[in-house]
Amino acid sequence: MRHTISLLVENEYGMLTRVAGLFSARGYQIDTLNVAPTLEEGVSRMTLTTHGNDHVIQQILQQSHKIIKVIDVVDMTIVPHVEREMVMLTVNAQQGEQRQEVLSLVEIFRAKVVDVNTDSFILEMTGNAEKVNAFIELLKPIGITDIVRTGPVAMTRVAHVKAQRLKDEDEEFSELTLNEKV
Amino acid sequence: MKMRGARILLESLRCEGVKHVFGYPGGAVLHIYDELVKHAEELGITHYLVRHEQASLFGAAGYAQATGKTGVALVTSGPGGTNAVTGIANAFMDSLPMVVFTGQVPTHLIGNDAFQEADLTGITRSCTKHNYLVKHVEDLAPTIKEAFHVASTGRPGPVLVDLPKDMTAQEIEFSYPETIDIRSYKPQVYGDPKAVRKAVGAMLQAERPVLYIGGGAHAAGAYEEVKQLAEKLNLPTTCTLMGLGAFPASHPLSLGMLGMHGGYWTNMAVNNSDLLISIGARFDDRVTGKLSEFASGAKFIHVDIDASCISKNVPCDYPVVGDAKIVVQQMLKELEEQLAGGEKVASKVSWHDQIAAWKKQHPLWWKEEGDVIKPQYVIEELHRITKGQAVVSSDVGQHQMWTAQLYGFDTPRNWLNSGGLGAMGYGFPAAVGAAVARPNDLCVAVVGDGGFQMVLNELATVKQYNIPVKILLINNGFLGMVRQWQEQFYEHRYSHSNIEVQPDFVKLADSYGVAAFRATKMNEVSHTLEKALNTPGPVLIEMKVAREENVFPIVPAGAALKDMILS
Ligand SMILES: Cc1ncc(C[n+]2csc(CCOP(=O)(O)OP(=O)(O)O)c2C)c(N)n1
Repeated sequence: MRHTISLLVENEYGMLTRVAGLFSARGYQIDTLNVAPTLEEGVSRMTLTTHGNDHVIQQILQQSHKIIKVIDVVDMTIVPHVEREMVMLTVNAQQGEQRQEVLSLVEIFRAKVVDVNTDSFILEMTGNAEKVNAFIELLKPIGITDIVRTGPVAMTRVAHVKAQRLKDEDEEFSELTLNEKV
Repeated sequence: MKMRGARILLESLRCEGVKHVFGYPGGAVLHIYDELVKHAEELGITHYLVRHEQASLFGAAGYAQATGKTGVALVTSGPGGTNAVTGIANAFMDSLPMVVFTGQVPTHLIGNDAFQEADLTGITRSCTKHNYLVKHVEDLAPTIKEAFHVASTGRPGPVLVDLPKDMTAQEIEFSYPETIDIRSYKPQVYGDPKAVRKAVGAMLQAERPVLYIGGGAHAAGAYEEVKQLAEKLNLPTTCTLMGLGAFPASHPLSLGMLGMHGGYWTNMAVNNSDLLISIGARFDDRVTGKLSEFASGAKFIHVDIDASCISKNVPCDYPVVGDAKIVVQQMLKELEEQLAGGEKVASKVSWHDQIAAWKKQHPLWWKEEGDVIKPQYVIEELHRITKGQAVVSSDVGQHQMWTAQLYGFDTPRNWLNSGGLGAMGYGFPAAVGAAVARPNDLCVAVVGDGGFQMVLNELATVKQYNIPVKILLINNGFLGMVRQWQEQFYEHRYSHSNIEVQPDFVKLADSYGVAAFRATKMNEVSHTLEKALNTPGPVLIEMKVAREENVFPIVPAGAALKDMILS
């Protein structure tokens, strides 16, 4: 099954290769990947989609949580969340009927024309993966000459969802008094 | 006080309580070596010059295995770093705390294919717990602090700190951070009380339980706790190759080692158990054999500080994430409470009887055949003469398995070997590290003629520092373990495993100024060993043993434990 995983990471040098390297070393697949800064300087959000059975996903979550500079790992798929992806496409738009057809699709999908040429448009559209895929399918017969997708980004719906947080779990047991060692 | 980076490194090592460094110099680390010659003594740091960088890593690993303390290695950029990679991978696989300092070309040259440049953080990313490239001299001390913290806490492992040459040249005020807080790294040490309660409940009810101890018990120092748990619940207890010594081999509840070369009774017990209680072990393929048939009637309790280890290979019924020592303490407390509440420990009389019967049916065995020295006998004699109290560091191969089976480790941290990576060449340099760390203990390196020839250059190191390692060379003129597989699984086709062309090892040691002894007959073994072990300083003892002896039992690769070959 497809999972969207969100990683909050210290944006230190080599961070992307640490995550990507983990996936390749352990034979997991990264289907899409998106990295960008957050409000806090030095902290980035990585959103990736992958697929696998429950066991594989569990391993992915735990192995990525083990990367020292990963602050938090959440499997977005199992919490209420909103997912969006952006696509940009260069499509054929010859004067006349074809141009009209593209424009009506743009309207229906609430996309945008961001660049206009005599025989082509650059379109921009955001939506979840299914919507993006549907848009692409409908444009294919008209002729897509270039395409760029960001891959999904995702956000939990409620501010304090008890997502599958993998860190800081020990705190609630700290009142236990046990000798020696920490 | 303002000081250059190289000095800051040494001052930081002092703050970390580092007394011994294993290393090898080169251009990129010359500032550090310059500070070493000036200040090492006042800082109480001794540097040991090895003869190949791999040995500095193995030395630091042996140091860590023999003490639990963080081992430290120092090598130069480029080839120094690449030569170190096997040693880093070894520490990673065996979860040994280690900090490795590598030289790097100056920051302005990084990425230019400069002389002796290698992307060491890139190369070692997948075999370090974490690694750092220091790009600003003000980051140097905090990075070292963090490196030692990460290496030694949680599931320990090697951490590499790459030091561009200008970072060791630039000057700055030195201050060492007292505390450290890495928000993204907080190992979970306490077990979830609910999980502990459930696990203990299962333990009470089990009729055919086996306690299965791995290297994590050493990492946590959970010796006393594990023993109490075994005794309170009357649990037959087995150790993995990495766990040996965490539970005394001579304890009445001890089943010895399990897995590919485990005892028949041990593997039968594991396979027929109804509850396998794993403490700090990772269900490695050399332990489980064919996964689908591994202890298929058992439920699993798995205590591990590394959550990703749990249910990685076998689905776990009672996972407990936490430090082995602390979790077993929690379990003991919980056990007491449940017993006080009227719970009873299920009787295991017939289970113990069954295991004893298996043991009687197929004990470990070997046979005398005339004059020729049997390697198993050498190990048994080593045990007898050293009263089982030596620190024994093994290389990789048949001799490793015989030592694991027959030495009988009663004491923690006396058994050193390369378990996860299985790196030939480990035994001798690791013994050097152990001997440096524990000068009052007898340190023996049990090595094969193949592995020893990968690292015999270290004879110069033990000579130079008069490190009293006793090298026990089990010489069969073969890459024995490879030959055994070729005999058993490739119809005797000995492809490139015959290494009878070899030096005269006694003369070789002699040329290094290292005392050497040789035995070629059974009746020479005891007195040769005794004489050699009583000779001060480094010693080499060559045992010319039976050439085609096999290690039994053996579970063929990929087969189920129950399909082990006994003879
Ligand atoms: C660096 C390395 N290369 C190859 C191997 C594969 N290997 C495992 S055991 C073995 C033979 C070891 O021979 P020897 O050191 O003579 O010991 P013996 O098995 O004869 O006791 C080999 C080649 C290895 N473990 N490590």
